[in-house]
Amino acid sequence: MSKYKMHLLVCGGTGCRASASDAIVENLKKELNNQGLDESVQVIMTGCFGFCEKGPIVKVVPDNTFYTEVKPSDAKDLVEEHIIKGRKVERLLYKDPVKKVTVSDEEGMSFYKKQLRIALRNCGFINPENIEEYIARDGYMAIGQILSENTPEEVIEIIKASGLRGRGGAGFPTGLKWQLTRQTKSDQKYVVCNADEGDPGAFMDRSILEGDPHSVLEAMAICGYSIGADTGLIYIRAEYPLAISRLLTAIGQAREFGLLGKNILGSGFDFDIELKYGAGAFVCGEETALIHSMEGKRGEPSLKPPFPSVEGYLKKPTNVNNVETLANIPAIILKGHKWFSSIGTEKSKGTKVFALAGKINNVGLIEVPMGTTLREVIYEIGGGIKDGKKFKAVQTGGPSGGCLTEAHLDVPIDYENLLAAGSMMGSGGMIIMDEDNCMVSIAKYFLDFSVEESCGKCSPCRIGNKRLYELLDRITQGKAEFDDLARLKNLSEVIKDTSLCGLGQSSPNPVLSTLQYFREEYEAHIIDHKCPAGECKALMVYSILEEHCVGCTACARACPVGAISGERKLVHSIDQSICIKCGACFDKCKFDAVLVQ
Amino acid sequence: MNKIKSLDDLKKMRAQAQTGINVREKSIDPASRVQVKVAMATCGIASGAKEIMDFFIEQLDRRSVEAVVTQTGCMGYCYAEPTIEVTLPGQEPVVFGDVDKKRADQIIEMYIKTGELVDGIIPVNYRTIDK
Ligand SMILES: Cc1cc2nc3c(=O)[nH]c(=O)nc-3n(C[C@H](O)[C@H](O)[C@H](O)COP(=O)(O)O)c2cc1C
Ligand code: SF4
Repeated sequence: MSKYKMHLLVCGGTGCRASASDAIVENLKKELNNQGLDESVQVIMTGCFGFCEKGPIVKVVPDNTFYTEVKPSDAKDLVEEHIIKGRKVERLLYKDPVKKVTVSDEEGMSFYKKQLRIALRNCGFINPENIEEYIARDGYMAIGQILSENTPEEVIEIIKASGLRGRGGAGFPTGLKWQLTRQTKSDQKYVVCNADEGDPGAFMDRSILEGDPHSVLEAMAICGYSIGADTGLIYIRAEYPLAISRLLTAIGQAREFGLLGKNILGSGFDFDIELKYGAGAFVCGEETALIHSMEGKRGEPSLKPPFPSVEGYLKKPTNVNNVETLANIPAIILKGHKWFSSIGTEKSKGTKVFALAGKINNVGLIEVPMGTTLREVIYEIGGGIKDGKKFKAVQTGGPSGGCLTEAHLDVPIDYENLLAAGSMMGSGGMIIMDEDNCMVSIAKYFLDFSVEESCGKCSPCRIGNKRLYELLDRITQGKAEFDDLARLKNLSEVIKDTSLCGLGQSSPNPVLSTLQYFREEYEAHIIDHKCPAGECKALMVYSILEEHCVGCTACARACPVGAISGERKLVHSIDQSICIKCGACFDKCKFDAVLVQ
Repeated sequence: MNKIKSLDDLKKMRAQAQTGINVREKSIDPASRVQVKVAMATCGIASGAKEIMDFFIEQLDRRSVEAVVTQTGCMGYCYAEPTIEVTLPGQEPVVFGDVDKKRADQIIEMYIKTGELVDGIIPVNYRTIDK
């Protein structure tokens, strides 16, 4: 029996750490010390709880109290009130924005209700820097079990039967990939974990590495045993220092415990893991570019075949898997392929982790069974649209996914359905847009990302995306002509058809999907020179309503470019040729006399 | 640290490590376990609620009863402190008053283990403390 009666779990994900969870831990420990409670209450820093919107999170167990937006200065109250007096600190409890009641535990929070955590099973539950806590949760039992009971072929059959597909984007069946790598004969093979995750707004893989690094290490060893490799490499961005440090700690502990290295658990199987650092280029997440980058070459994709499973790192057969894909593996081995394949839809099994971002109440990290609808994700788990605004679209699949609309809200999320709707699963970024978002600007934003991140190897992607961006820019400036819509569409299709790698093959998706679902918005920009969402500055016209203007001169004084003229107590006017549409006059006027159109 | 050399070693290690996070595991599905809530407001603490809570934690563990012992605020029975609330899986909570070690021992042996009621029950007019 452990001497600790109570545990305080403090979120130590990147987001919460940025809001001082280190200081929270320190203050809690200090307060406990002062009260002589350090022997009976343990403070643990865990990985991400997912509920980043309301971070930092502190959870008290065993009574399951969930505190949100905790500040270091709250430590005193938490210890004196909750721990000593046993009274919940009301002001730090979560308030349900819809039902307006305070909720003290996860069960009562709609954010957690529809979630099922497999890949994130240990995130927010264990201390990622303590291998014993992972072991306590059946950690390394999966590798232990297969080493003593299963042949590599049997393991591959289990993974195949589970129906697990790659979570890195393409959704390739994982068991089949392992089989292909196993079949290639070679004296040396590699297991590579793709931890390059670089889509704007995505932090699924990073959170897994930060919250449960051992699950990925264990899965890599299982993969190594199955395909016949003794070396694993994790390709991770140098700009993810917390994930890197937790991985290094985990690898060190696993070696110390003999769970990595020579003769693992007396089985004769050797496996070890090293990190390879990436410089943060999006295209280096593409598996062939990733391999080139690891070899010290330029991070450019190359033509497949040969697939990495045949000729990969240092020309040896290499199995590349995504972080989240791997995190599922130990659970599948321990709970069985039948359990896993009972979750999800016909062709997409298990769960998927999504990072919710944009105009949604509960920004954060969630994991739901495949087949959950967008409506459930956005309205139940995500808590609906911020500030009671109206939902407009959701972008799934990262920068090269598509925008889906109201009409798609009841589509069950899986690989096939998202593709059929004109988007894709991608790695799991989900950006929610409301009525104030201009869809042309959204497409432009994502195109800007693709232009920046194109490696430049092929002309359609390098030049075509730039031209697409320029066309979109013209539209947002109100300078486009009607034929530009056809140009956008043609060019998009050419880029998709003729690019070498997935970046160019999918970068026009945001343009095509917004053109399809929001064509009238494009037309409004071109024909009426209006931005219906009111986001495109260049298309806005500021004017002064004569009947409201009292001539107070506030607007003229606020205008940074002197575009407003008028005598005191007389109606003012704005010179459109000077106006830079900054909105300062609109903000300053107390009489609602400035009109924006 | 010695290396873990076999699956059996790993299992031993796991058993040992589990005691460390037991408190957390128990919080996952509290409804399926025996729950003991000890009233720990000023009055409760003054009448020895802390010792009673420690007693429950230690004894339930020693007697291998899967239980979650937590603390709660004042239950309003200040005349009968220390008070505790016990919820057996699938049953309505029962509140006991004037719990000393002797009564605590009875509660564990009789009510928790066999479901038989013991002295000291306070009739409750609302469902649970938190709700
Ligand atoms: C432009 C581009 C970027 C990619 N970025 C990532 C990434 O950040 N992480 C990832 O796991 N896969 C990424 N992929 C997919 C990989 O090429 C590869 O399919 C994946 O790592 C395979 O693992 P899985 O089968 O487990 O999904 C990217 C693909 C493309 C075309
Ligand atoms: S499609 Fe774009 S990113 Fe991919 S290889 Fe060609 S230029 Fe590079």
